Amino acid sequence: MSSAGAEVVATGPQERQAVAAVASPLLQVRDLTLEYRSEQRTIRATHEVSFDVQQGDRFVLLGASGCGKSSLLKAVAGFLPPRSGEILLQGQCITEPGPDRVVVFQEFDQLPPWKRVLDNVAFGLVASRQCGKAEARERAAQALQTVGLSRFAEAYPHQLSGGMKQRVAIARALAMRPRVLLMDEPFAALDALTRRSLQEELLRLWQELGFTLLFVTHSIEEALLVGNRILLLSPHPGRVRAELDAGEFDLASVGSAAFQAQQQRIHRLLFE
Amino acid sequence: MSYVHPRPEFERELAPLPALAEPVPPSAARRLWQRDGVRQVVVLVLIAIAWEVAARWAGNDLLLPSFTQAAQAWWDDLLNGELLARTAASLSLLLQGYALGAALALVMSALAVATRTGRDVLVTLTSLFNPLPAIALLPLALLWFGLGQGSLVFVLVHAVLWPLALSTLSGFQGVPETLRMAGRNYGLRGLRYVGLILVPSALPAILSGLRIGWAFAWRTLIAAELFFGASSGRGGLGWYIFQSRNELMTARVFAGLATVVLIGWLVERFVFDTIERLTVRRWGVQR
Repeated sequence: MSSAGAEVVATGPQERQAVAAVASPLLQVRDLTLEYRSEQRTIRATHEVSFDVQQGDRFVLLGASGCGKSSLLKAVAGFLPPRSGEILLQGQCITEPGPDRVVVFQEFDQLPPWKRVLDNVAFGLVASRQCGKAEARERAAQALQTVGLSRFAEAYPHQLSGGMKQRVAIARALAMRPRVLLMDEPFAALDALTRRSLQEELLRLWQELGFTLLFVTHSIEEALLVGNRILLLSPHPGRVRAELDAGEFDLASVGSAAFQAQQQRIHRLLFE
Repeated sequence: MSYVHPRPEFERELAPLPALAEPVPPSAARRLWQRDGVRQVVVLVLIAIAWEVAARWAGNDLLLPSFTQAAQAWWDDLLNGELLARTAASLSLLLQGYALGAALALVMSALAVATRTGRDVLVTLTSLFNPLPAIALLPLALLWFGLGQGSLVFVLVHAVLWPLALSTLSGFQGVPETLRMAGRNYGLRGLRYVGLILVPSALPAILSGLRIGWAFAWRTLIAAELFFGASSGRGGLGWYIFQSRNELMTARVFAGLATVVLIGWLVERFVFDTIERLTVRRWGVQR
């Protein structure tokens, strides 16, 4: 049903990554040009952007505002049809939104306020007809446990803090077991301390579950921390400036010489 | 200035906090006064007293019967079943018209949010018909549907449909973009998308439309019954009021009016307030 490389069974994320590096990519973006059209004018968001995301990657799209990184993510999610070029997920062209690519948005209003936390997480599973009510609730409870929010299963979203809402959003995305998890600056609206703890948690979840992540951010530090591969985009319109490795950095290496050197290199690439 | 010398750093051990004093519970009278219902009843009692005083001062039972006379008339007709029968007749009609109008409004706004043509149709129709008083259509309705319930249901639908469709559509249009995308992300589309995302999210607007529609429908019905209630067989509350006036039983006119007001208030307070408390307030989307 899918290309051979993506089906390889691996025991841990590292091993899976090693296997995936030689296999065909999970997500291919080919010469993607995105445009926003209104009656008066056309704005080009990205210009012929290409990149490959391998199974198990933590792929980061990094750039200043106006580089089209969020538009790229929306296009991969299927919300924004390409002007030209194509997006292939396991060889299949993406034409519309679907539950195999779940998005975690930056805004807190992505959780329906009329559903309790547990129902919120289960909602996607039921709505996309992945499983029945009982099984959905079971999987939702499990997902809530992995993000440490079991105690708040019966609360309503408005009773949670911003960080907890984002945790629920991540849990709902993970529960659906998407082929790619898409995150659009998910921690940008949080305070610095909460952001750091959620970044840590995201890495831990990745270690545990080994999903494939496409992550949009404008923070160089966050890109180095979260990603193992970083695509640098230049603004107006977005074009690929560089693609870098970042797998060696984790929370412990923040502030180290190598980390700072890479940070400065990215800064130079983006702003000079 | 304190900036001359660098200030030394220091660390401090925090002493445990003293226990907080127990809050003093408010007195029974104060707690009673804090309940909305109690305050509303007090206002009603004051109005009744003012009415009683004014009626005794005027001293003309035909023009302004006193509160006690009106209450007596209301109680008598309640006991002999007349008021109940009239109210039942009015309410059954009202519910038919209201349900039909609300269903139509929901369908039309769902179509309007799905397609641009649907929206153009709804916006045009609403701007044409919303300012038209439903009661003005009654002569036409009588011509079309005859002297029966059909005519009344027709004007009731007209009274409910437009204001409700208008507020439902504006509620649909106000659904946050992120929530729309999240819904489509789950693969929702068509009716399931409307039912699972748009309607719950637009519920504050829909509920306020339902309240307005309810008031419009109630007014329209009473007015229509005043107009021709007797000919439709058994008249409702409007006819009761009209008949009592013809028989110069002003106390019963007031009893009829009080019943109209009372039912409106009961529905507001027990039906709509309850729905609101169980949904939008609980979800934190409306305070």
